[in-house]
Amino acid sequence: MADHPSKNPRQPMPEQPPEERIHNFNEVPYGYALEQAMAEASRCLRCKKPRCILGCPVEVDIPGFVAQVQEGRFHKAAQKVMETNLLPAVCGRVCPQETQCEIVCVLAKKGDPVAIGRLERFVGDWEREHGDSTLPDLAPPTGKKVAVVGSGPGGLTCAADLAKMGHAVTVFEALHELGGVLVYGIPEFRLPKHILKVEVDRLRQLGVNLMTSTVIGKLDTIEDLMAEEGFDAVFIATGAGLPVFMGIPGENLLGVYSANEFLTRSNLMRAYDPRQGDTPIAHGKRVMVIGGGNVAMDSARTALRLGADHVILSYRRSRDEMPARLEEIHHAEDEGIDFELLTCPIEFRGDENGRLASAIVQKMELGEPDSSGRRRPVPIEGSEYEEPLDVAVVAVGAGANPLISSTTPDLEINKRGYIVADPSTGATSKRGVFAGGDIVTGSATVIEAMGAGRKAAAAIDRYLADGVWPPPPPEKPAEDGEDQG
Amino acid sequence: MNEIVSKEEIAPATFRYVINHPKIAQKRKAGQFVIVRTHEGGERVPLTIVDSDVSNGTVTLIFQAVGHSTKEMAQLGVGDRLLDLAGPLGKPTHIRDYGTACVIGGGYGTAPVLPIAQALRDAGNDLIGIIGARTRDLLILETELGGICSRLEVATDDGSYGHKGFVTDVLRGLLDDKTKVDFVLAVGPSPMMKAVSELTREREIPTMVSLNPIMIDGTGMCGGCRVEVDGVTKFACVDGPEFDAHLVNFDLLMKRQGTYRAEERAADDVESHCKIAD
Repeated sequence: MADHPSKNPRQPMPEQPPEERIHNFNEVPYGYALEQAMAEASRCLRCKKPRCILGCPVEVDIPGFVAQVQEGRFHKAAQKVMETNLLPAVCGRVCPQETQCEIVCVLAKKGDPVAIGRLERFVGDWEREHGDSTLPDLAPPTGKKVAVVGSGPGGLTCAADLAKMGHAVTVFEALHELGGVLVYGIPEFRLPKHILKVEVDRLRQLGVNLMTSTVIGKLDTIEDLMAEEGFDAVFIATGAGLPVFMGIPGENLLGVYSANEFLTRSNLMRAYDPRQGDTPIAHGKRVMVIGGGNVAMDSARTALRLGADHVILSYRRSRDEMPARLEEIHHAEDEGIDFELLTCPIEFRGDENGRLASAIVQKMELGEPDSSGRRRPVPIEGSEYEEPLDVAVVAVGAGANPLISSTTPDLEINKRGYIVADPSTGATSKRGVFAGGDIVTGSATVIEAMGAGRKAAAAIDRYLADGVWPPPPPEKPAEDGEDQG
Repeated sequence: MNEIVSKEEIAPATFRYVINHPKIAQKRKAGQFVIVRTHEGGERVPLTIVDSDVSNGTVTLIFQAVGHSTKEMAQLGVGDRLLDLAGPLGKPTHIRDYGTACVIGGGYGTAPVLPIAQALRDAGNDLIGIIGARTRDLLILETELGGICSRLEVATDDGSYGHKGFVTDVLRGLLDDKTKVDFVLAVGPSPMMKAVSELTREREIPTMVSLNPIMIDGTGMCGGCRVEVDGVTKFACVDGPEFDAHLVNFDLLMKRQGTYRAEERAADDVESHCKIAD
């Protein structure tokens, strides 16, 4: 048994100091050292009925891998994680553990939960640097072909599971690089590209056929994949690939970006480093990012690293309502991002060349809670002020990209354009076609998309075996038991 | 796939590449484009599909080596492969029999005109072609368009060939002569498309233009290519690239096309310095 929590505190994460890191794109947290990881793992109480596993959308055997870390058997720990999750170094970095596995950790009742995310990251990193890359066993070939559309976290997870089940899987990616939002959206300082690449390459080793620069909905439709290319089932995991603008005057001025464009230029096209990429990006001195989610934090911190003197983050509600992870908010604040809370730009103004010159910003106050349960921001009349700017990044959310839905007439979509799919199986209105991740739920998290990919893979496997459509939901897991403290 | 099977310099610094990609060759329709990348770290460059050959499994692209990325592309030769070729992207041209269609190409913008002209002719239109360039050497696709247009007019800014002046001058002349024109398609530099549009608006002739704003992914994901059409923001990559010319905000388009002019100049400076150093 471990010591009392207070005698064995949560290991802090060493990280690059803010004054240094704002000048580079290197990763901010350094990761645990070996001894730190083992010490942190020793805090786990090994609950008989661990709630942390249920908190994880892909149900990683958390106590199982943590126990191996405590014993210093890091390769075994990695194998344990990779039974359910082929992307441990990615998930250890980008998952919101504080609202998933860690929030239900029994230690969280009295103090700090086990740092599950940091341990997962440690294990993923250790395996990449020292492991023998042993891969899970594959079932014998089933002779069935499955197409996965989109190589983001949902698509990759579904593809890996299906490959392990013995199906022949092809992943189609529209962009030139694999990873979806992990490569175009999440910046280098949060998820270094070389780490992603190693984990994505594991799919290749599982025998998954990975096709980049292949735009489904254009080159082939979903129907073509099934009728012409002989795929027995299709999983659509195309993400929330449609930028949302605010619809205010001046949004088409030069220097106003969607977060998707700003981050895609910097990340996918490597504009952050002219030695690596030819694609330009505006290096604003006074930058405003609009929004309060993780994408807004990523945009603000990217702008800072691109050389901005002053980065304002304008959010129309208060700090308590910000949807970003607490850790990201802290990182942004530590780096000197200027939070202008309870504000919202209502107009962008330009110079005679059509370049952004300023924003007219209105102050807000919180009113009654809205349908999301958060207090509704209400404009304060007469509170407008002008903020001089040369770059603005609109990070107020993303919508459903219509490339696939518009070319698949028998695919049911909801009024916001998202694909209608059974949450327990991913089955859509079209026989043999499944969907999951942001294209079904709207903007959510990496791990939730992975969870959807996992559920869909299981349902696809059942459908390919018995041909029953729609596939019935999986059998209910055993009743939740009380955890032991 | 992606192998260059033929390369031809059809005008100074203007190249025609025939590239092996059977699937795009089979699926593409007139008016659609591809996105090309030549090397790691390279830009994504949108190029109109000028032609395709389904039996040989090839697509034809024409580009002018004017910027950093297109100059890189011009370095490739027969047998080399493009690193990436994604498409077909954008909406196909809405083709129907208008009667007499006037197809207008300015400079290297003549390349996107060719496939649309072919489709219009195949749909039964009688074609009048007007093509122009700064000078005779830069004129492209005269033979190809001459073969499908019942009448082809040529204009050069310097008068070195055909009419001296702009393609719009030729168009105005035709219209003043009461030539029957039921539909106009114009592709070229934005000021040219704007001028054509103003001319045909007065005379109420339906006119389409193919726009070429700055673009990255080409799938509607980033919104960098947004253009204003009838006061509404559209994405050229998925809603276009063709739009009703009379509804396009050309002034905004031209400004947005210049977003990175300073960066491009800086890159050119670095390049010329490198060459001096060589």
